[in-house]
Amino acid sequence: MTRPPTPTPLAARRVLRGDRQALARLISQVENRDPSALPAVRALYPHSGRATVVGVTGPLGVGKSSLLNLLLAHLRAQGKRVGIVAVDPSSPFSGGSILGDRIRLERPPGDDGVFIRSMASRGHAGGVALATRETVRLLDAFGMEVILVETVGSGQSDVEIRDVASTSVVVVVPHLGDEVQSLKAGLFEIADVFCVNKSDLPGADSAARYLTEMTQLIAAKGAWQPSVVRTSTTLPSGVPELWTAIERHEAFLDADGSRRTRDRQRLTDEILGLVRERVDRQLASALGREPDLQALLDRVVAREIDPHSAADRLLAEVRRSR
Amino acid sequence: MSGPGGSESFSLGDRLYRVVPMPPSTPAGPIRVLIAKPGLDGHDRGAKVVARALRDAGMEVIYAGLRQTPEEIVESALEEDVRLIGLSILSGAHMALFPRVLALLKQKRATRIRVFAGGIIPDEDAKRLKKMGIRAIFGPGASLDEIVAAARKLAGPVRS
Repeated sequence: MTRPPTPTPLAARRVLRGDRQALARLISQVENRDPSALPAVRALYPHSGRATVVGVTGPLGVGKSSLLNLLLAHLRAQGKRVGIVAVDPSSPFSGGSILGDRIRLERPPGDDGVFIRSMASRGHAGGVALATRETVRLLDAFGMEVILVETVGSGQSDVEIRDVASTSVVVVVPHLGDEVQSLKAGLFEIADVFCVNKSDLPGADSAARYLTEMTQLIAAKGAWQPSVVRTSTTLPSGVPELWTAIERHEAFLDADGSRRTRDRQRLTDEILGLVRERVDRQLASALGREPDLQALLDRVVAREIDPHSAADRLLAEVRRSR
Repeated sequence: MSGPGGSESFSLGDRLYRVVPMPPSTPAGPIRVLIAKPGLDGHDRGAKVVARALRDAGMEVIYAGLRQTPEEIVESALEEDVRLIGLSILSGAHMALFPRVLALLKQKRATRIRVFAGGIIPDEDAKRLKKMGIRAIFGPGASLDEIVAAARKLAGPVRS
């Protein structure tokens, strides 16, 4: 691995040494898009890319957190170091949020093989993907072998989980009924593993059967056919089977080479996103420096010049600013 | 763009790259608060109401819920990198549990995290707890505005 020749920043060294407070602070800085985190983030990048990243998503109240709690216990019993990122929505009104996933997550006191972080979606477009991806990477560099990312699946963010996780688990419950319509449109397409939770309730059989039929219907040749697993967090049951299904998908990604192509695609998107962000900033500052912007606009409004020509003018200004 | 501090560079292979810093948007971020109920009483309505008020004030509230040990509370606070811990207690065990939280924070060298509390806490206990380092204590009848204002003040200006 090529590394920058600059000395490793203190924060990065502390994270690599297993300093949990340093990790926690770095995650905050990444979340806040704090530029002072960049040297450490860069230095830690070569240490990432080893963890298995599993997304767990689904509608509110299907039992994602409780399921995560059992999955956590299952993985700890195998000696795996586990990171959890639990994303909850931010209020569009106040910007505040209640992050309540920790209530369900139990662990023996002082167990440093676990790191749990709650995260608010903070409302920005692509919010889950942006900060979550960086946080997952930090946990990865910290030495967590499995990273579980929990998001609420309703709206845009359900699809974003795919940008972060190598295996996406979609959790549903019996009697979601006609909401299966919404599954078809969004969640259904991203699932590598379906988990029918609360399967101690009546209706679990038909839900699982329905999902299995659907996955068989859409399965293309050679492509991954999503598994359907039944779990119950009250009994509890099905959790080892759920992990097995996840591992099977992970093995499939390695076997057919799609892990590498997907990783490449994800990083391409990320880099382009970063470039776009910077170009946006340059544009904003170019706009700030264009004293004739209003005059330019007036001329466009008056049909003296066309919007394309105006765009050319602005672009020239952005170029000059480099 | 070569803004202040943006001129750091590094080389990869035989090429030199200039590093542009991340966007300098609100580096401080929202105030993060952990709300927890230490000990064994099962009444969490007050804690929930306060959590909601803080949320409505734009804070990110990590709600840890019932029956938390001081160890769990401090561990959560450190992982979540919160600026404040709010403890709610009705059981009367505050003189045993609160000092323990403060001691653990000290032990972890995390006294930057400030602790406030609410619940049924007699005045003389409140006085002693404040001396120990609990920054604010709210009894029955405290208004939400009062609590939010105090939390804001405790969180202080942007930390470094």
